[in-house]
Amino acid sequence: MAMTEQEILAGLGEIIDEVAGVPADQVTPDKTFVDDLDIDSLSMVEIAVAAQDKFGVEIPDDQLKDLKTVQDVIDYVRRADVSA
Amino acid sequence: MRLPDGQPAARVLAFGGYQPAKVVTNDDLAATVETTDEWIRSRVGIASRRIAGPDETVADMAVQAGGKALAASGLSPADVDLVIVATCTPEVQIPNVSASVARRLGIVAPGAYDLNAACAGFCYALANASDAVRTGTARNVLVIGAEKLSQWVDWTDRSTCIIFADGAGAAVVGAVAEPADAPGIGPVHWGSDGDLADKIFIEDRNGFIFQEGQAVFRWATSALAPIALKACEKAGVEPTEIAAFVPHQANLRIVEAIARRLGAPQAVVASDIVTAGNTSSASIPLALSRMLERGEIASGSHALLLGFGAGMCYAAQVITVP
Repeated sequence: MAMTEQEILAGLGEIIDEVAGVPADQVTPDKTFVDDLDIDSLSMVEIAVAAQDKFGVEIPDDQLKDLKTVQDVIDYVRRADVSA
Repeated sequence: MRLPDGQPAARVLAFGGYQPAKVVTNDDLAATVETTDEWIRSRVGIASRRIAGPDETVADMAVQAGGKALAASGLSPADVDLVIVATCTPEVQIPNVSASVARRLGIVAPGAYDLNAACAGFCYALANASDAVRTGTARNVLVIGAEKLSQWVDWTDRSTCIIFADGAGAAVVGAVAEPADAPGIGPVHWGSDGDLADKIFIEDRNGFIFQEGQAVFRWATSALAPIALKACEKAGVEPTEIAAFVPHQANLRIVEAIARRLGAPQAVVASDIVTAGNTSSASIPLALSRMLERGEIASGSHALLLGFGAGMCYAAQVITVP
């Protein structure tokens, strides 16, 4: 069954807390990774690796640079989840 | 036909490390390439590294580290039957480094070979040494990881010159004290992934080290924790029983990312890279020798070693700290 936006957001909050030490409650859809959450490109790779474990969705390196906000990742996971 | 009598198990008797005298700080590098101390610290976790002198060779550093390990082991050179030097940065391919290192340490006519598994080299060599002792082909083995990466680095390339450094580390491997004693070196879990051979390479004999940083980072942070855990499983040691996690010091971000996934919360995590840089096959024994000097790990406790690097090659094993 496809994951809801809320489920993905909650999972992403846990991942970002673990990888980058940003409290999950600060991870809201409108936040940008670089400017709002201070997450660099290496942490984005770690988030992608953890997202693959958690959501079963692969986010390749060449897609990562286009995912600028939390909502971008939610949309990416939902699209991949539906098409899987 | 017959075979020699082997030993039931091998252990590490002692470690030794050597760093060249010259310290190169991030500010030193920022004076010649476009970078900053803050950027280097945040991206790779390095504050300073050591660089060998122009005439200081891989063999010179190997002799220093090997001599310290041998002295600390209490053995004499005559007790050593095999010398393995793990290196991927020798000045020349012929002759090998190990035979001359053995001669300079007064070890007469041992088996001597160099081993190239890049940054995984020390763990490969340690596995070979353990097996040689167990099968009886050597009583004691001197294992050395020694690298002069500075001579293969493009010092105008800010993506690599901030990372790589020089140094050596060594271990003496022998049989357990009593045949009934528990093994001091667990089964190795090793392997390779040649599909990723183009992620870290030197193009030709006039080339420099190139690495595709993001791809290597992804591989390291996703593939390696399960490999380290497999080594624990093979040794019959729970991750919670690991007192020290000593992975290859590739990048502090990689070290920390792997450590987070191990489920070994009480393990001291080696962070030698901060003042040593990435010394490839030397990094694990160098880190261990310095952690022992500082009293960070107790004799008799379990350390989990994880080597990984170009190839890609990887090897992990649990050891008992000497």
